[in-house]
Amino acid sequence: MIMTVELQAPAVAATPQTASRPWAARLARPLLGLLLPLSLALAWELAVWAGWSNGRLVPPPSKVFTTIAELARSGELTRHITMTLTRVGIGFGLGVAAGTLLGGICGYWGLARRLIDPTVQALRAIPSIAWVPLFILWLGIFETSKVALIAVGVFFPVYLGLTGAILSVDRKIVEVGRVFRLSGPAMIRRILLPAVLPAYVVALRVGLGLGWMFVVAAEFMGASEGLGYLLIDGQQLGKPAQIVAAIVIFAIIGKATDWLLEIATAPLLRWQDSFARQSGAA
Amino acid sequence: MLQLQSVTKVYPNGVHALERFSSEIQLGEIIAIIGGSGCGKSTLLRAIAGLDRASNGTVTLDGEAIAAPHAKVGIIFQEPRLLPWLTVADNIGFGLSELPAAERRERVARALERVGLADKAKVWPRELSGGQAQRVAIARALVAQPEVLLLDEPFSALDAFTRKDLQDHLLDLWADTRPTLILVTHDVEEAVVLADRVLVMRPHPGRLFEEITINLSRPRDRNAPLFEQFKRHVLTALDRSLDRTVPDTQGRREPGGGLWW
Ligand SMILES: Nc1ncnc2c1ncn2[C@@H]1O[C@H](COP(=O)(O)OP(=O)(O)OP(=O)(O)O)[C@@H](O)[C@H]1O
Ligand SMILES: [Mg+2]
Repeated sequence: MIMTVELQAPAVAATPQTASRPWAARLARPLLGLLLPLSLALAWELAVWAGWSNGRLVPPPSKVFTTIAELARSGELTRHITMTLTRVGIGFGLGVAAGTLLGGICGYWGLARRLIDPTVQALRAIPSIAWVPLFILWLGIFETSKVALIAVGVFFPVYLGLTGAILSVDRKIVEVGRVFRLSGPAMIRRILLPAVLPAYVVALRVGLGLGWMFVVAAEFMGASEGLGYLLIDGQQLGKPAQIVAAIVIFAIIGKATDWLLEIATAPLLRWQDSFARQSGAA
Repeated sequence: MLQLQSVTKVYPNGVHALERFSSEIQLGEIIAIIGGSGCGKSTLLRAIAGLDRASNGTVTLDGEAIAAPHAKVGIIFQEPRLLPWLTVADNIGFGLSELPAAERRERVARALERVGLADKAKVWPRELSGGQAQRVAIARALVAQPEVLLLDEPFSALDAFTRKDLQDHLLDLWADTRPTLILVTHDVEEAVVLADRVLVMRPHPGRLFEEITINLSRPRDRNAPLFEQFKRHVLTALDRSLDRTVPDTQGRREPGGGLWW
């Protein structure tokens, strides 16, 4: 008797959640977030169209779209996007590799942490942009210094996130591994890695966000290609529409890469019972 | 046979958690350890599990000293401690990674069946109730077929009804292979229902105070007069074990008055 009640209750509770909330409702939720920016854009478009503003310094959305379309037609847009994406990609890859390696070692091995962590923490206190002149002197004005700056930006959140995550792994769960007599490598693979993964993914996403921030800074320091170059170019030639266009593209691609990262890691984190997931499904 | 020879534990902070605890436990015996808070019950269990080393004295299982977790010794904690990233079935099979996959699957399926959770095999731990999660923890420990199973207050976080249910269930599972069970509890009734022998401990420093053999046949009727008598016996022993540490200025106590936890 007790068993049947206990077993059926979740099944009954689960059905209305999935059935009475069809995918239409799930689609409507993100659309809700678009409401405010879209109406603001529309209002501005109307204001310029009605002649209340000449829209020279703040171009209306239609002007921005024509600018983007022109850039796309000439093939310039793809060139700039590819360039910026390449820089972010390589910088992110290097930053993640270094952050993961060092973060993993310092998180796992106490001696390494006492040796290395204070230095890393001290370096972290330096605003990363302050490295720019040195990087240019050391690595030249071209790609290497740009990628290095992005990698530095990505490194810190990944390093900090990973060491913090390893240090806060629940001792009680580690004890389960000890009871089953896992060897060192097995303990890492079967207990530490999965336990650390959620925080690591968050660190990767923060790192990616910083990567996008630093690519702009990197492309400000003398580039002839890239979305950051479009910004500078727009400023120097007095083309606000081009600046806004580059900003919009930054926003779209930045969000898209973050989303890809989220999608790619989601299957690994299905077991998580997070608040965001619950409110996303309900 | 499990032999505890004057097992002593002094923590680095100077606390004498365990003072020359000795006992012999036969294979298949069910032992309940009961005693006031902080009298070293968990410390003792962790020493037997090989999770912490005793400062002095030895724990030997079939003549083999235990200094690190041992394949023949399993432990169930107060919390289920399931790995949240593994399904229920994978949690149960966690300690069987050396077995071929087919055999592992079969053993896990049998264990799931045995704890009545066959329909939960693919479910994440977070989707289980407290009682179900603890049943999974029991299955995870038993599937490795330990010779000695240690349980540190395994049911104390559960409601009275579920607890009774799981006590009966544990006896049921025990009857399959008859491992040695060593169970720490705060619940006198639980001790008398389950144990062949109840070891009463006293604190400061933690040591064995009294040993009570429960020679009642199984299954035990919780309402039988003899059952009541054993319960009273254990309660008075507990009381005496605690009263010795409390100055006698507080006057006479009711039996069981020391059970303030
Ligand atoms: N890791 C530790 N470091 C220092 N002292 C400890 C540690 N663990 C336990 N103690 C001390 O050792 C004594 C015995 O602790 P233990 O956990 O074994 O008691 P217990 O009988 O299990 O108590 P409870 O019934 O409350 O679980 C206590 O005084 C406690 O403060
Ligand atoms: Mg305890």
